[in-house]
Amino acid sequence: MGEEAFDAIVVGAGPAGTSAAYLLARAGWQVVLLERGDYPGAKNVMGGILYRKAMEEVVPSFWSEAPVERHISEQRLWLLSPDSALSLGYKSKSLAAEPYNAFSVLRAKFDSWFAGKAEEAGAILVPQTVVEELIWEGDRVVGVRTGREEGDLFAQVVVVADGVNSLLAQKAGLHPEIRSHQVALAVKEIISLPPEKIEDRFNLEDGEGTAIEIVGDSTRGMVGMGFIYTNRESLSLGLGVLLRDLVKSGLSPHDLIEGMKAHPAIRPLLEGGRTEEYAAHLIPEGGWEAIPPLFRNGLLLAGDAAMLVNGLHREGSNMALTSGRLAAETALKAKEAGDFSVGTLSAYRAALERSFTLQDLRRYRKIPDLLATHPQFFTLYPPVLNEAAHEILTVDGKSKEEKIGLIKKRLFQRLPRRTILKDLFHLWRAFR
Amino acid sequence: MKLEDKLYLLKFKPEEKSHLMPQEGDCQRCQGRPCTTFCPAQVYKWEGEKLVVSYENCLECGSCRIGCEFTSIEWRYPRGGCGVSYRFG
Repeated sequence: MGEEAFDAIVVGAGPAGTSAAYLLARAGWQVVLLERGDYPGAKNVMGGILYRKAMEEVVPSFWSEAPVERHISEQRLWLLSPDSALSLGYKSKSLAAEPYNAFSVLRAKFDSWFAGKAEEAGAILVPQTVVEELIWEGDRVVGVRTGREEGDLFAQVVVVADGVNSLLAQKAGLHPEIRSHQVALAVKEIISLPPEKIEDRFNLEDGEGTAIEIVGDSTRGMVGMGFIYTNRESLSLGLGVLLRDLVKSGLSPHDLIEGMKAHPAIRPLLEGGRTEEYAAHLIPEGGWEAIPPLFRNGLLLAGDAAMLVNGLHREGSNMALTSGRLAAETALKAKEAGDFSVGTLSAYRAALERSFTLQDLRRYRKIPDLLATHPQFFTLYPPVLNEAAHEILTVDGKSKEEKIGLIKKRLFQRLPRRTILKDLFHLWRAFR
Repeated sequence: MKLEDKLYLLKFKPEEKSHLMPQEGDCQRCQGRPCTTFCPAQVYKWEGEKLVVSYENCLECGSCRIGCEFTSIEWRYPRGGCGVSYRFG
């Protein structure tokens, strides 16, 4: 590649990096977009929900051309006991109508398409390229050293969007090694099924999709969540558990996902399906406390590399897209000012603070710790609530008063009143 | 479905050298050896007193890098274009 100079170098062709590269290229910048995979998306995994709002702020009406799978018209929450499921859901025709709220996507397809848009806009996509080092001039980042021969590249600004294992953010001195309570390991399978089976089993009309989040039995008491999302001709099924808990548990993630697939509420949904792919990825779960400084002289940090994920709402792709967009907007202003030092780039943090990203993460700042210190939300409440539903719904000649008495008795045996009141208080306080 | 069969579904382009480099001294001291269970691709296995690292099956999640209590696993990305390629992601 030789010693080339660009306006911007973007590291990582995921939603954060590509939105930055796309917007900068559209503004007429010379942009190089570096990707370590064979193609954009080759290394990228998420549960699979992409949010319309954040994406359309980068590419308006993208869904008419992008390879999205299904628009999500129903969201469900399942609380699992070992042999039952208590379900809460919201389904709406307005979610099934344009402009839609969210889509299921497969990242290998979607990220390739998105990077193609950046190329159309003029960005130079260079796949199969690992960035090994940042190049410094004093305390300023001026470029990157890639694994290619003569692979030094220079630019006025480097946007680091290399994902959750951001070795570059570490090299930039932005954060120390991530700890095991700050990430969840997610494993996922793509299970193919004919579209009409998916529509029948999930009660969907053509093009509509369902997103199910699952709390309880499938994570075997560990802090975490399972999920089932419908794609056009497949299901994305998986679970994420806090790495700290997984390490301690002695359980294998592969056994966990097999256990989840065998659950009586889940197995019938998968009947006749074929596993096409098995994937694993870390999810940043540290929330507000884990967010590193987001800029250096000549450098901006975006997406998972910046730990921008709201785990409780499984929102990450929207934060990645928005941080990539705001990084691009900040860089454009820096160019106008002719100054890429922290003095100007600090506007990036301020812009994120004005957006839902840091506002939500600040509001949810106590949640990661709350969940990590209250395992009963995952071990006790789901089965107890299932038992209560079972009791009240079983018609067996007992009076309702007797049933409520039984439910209370069983509940308080396992969860003393004081514990419940304390948990509710902590939950309420955590959201304040 | 067995893990081996799932890994068989994936496309891997192996590098000549391992991108996962545990410090054997720490591994010998390690009691629980949790990496042999929490790694989603069971890359780490003990054969007698020797740790075998099947790096060519690595899914590049980074769990071993963070989950090893000795933080003893030197971990880098495989060379550009090498390692796993997801078709769906």
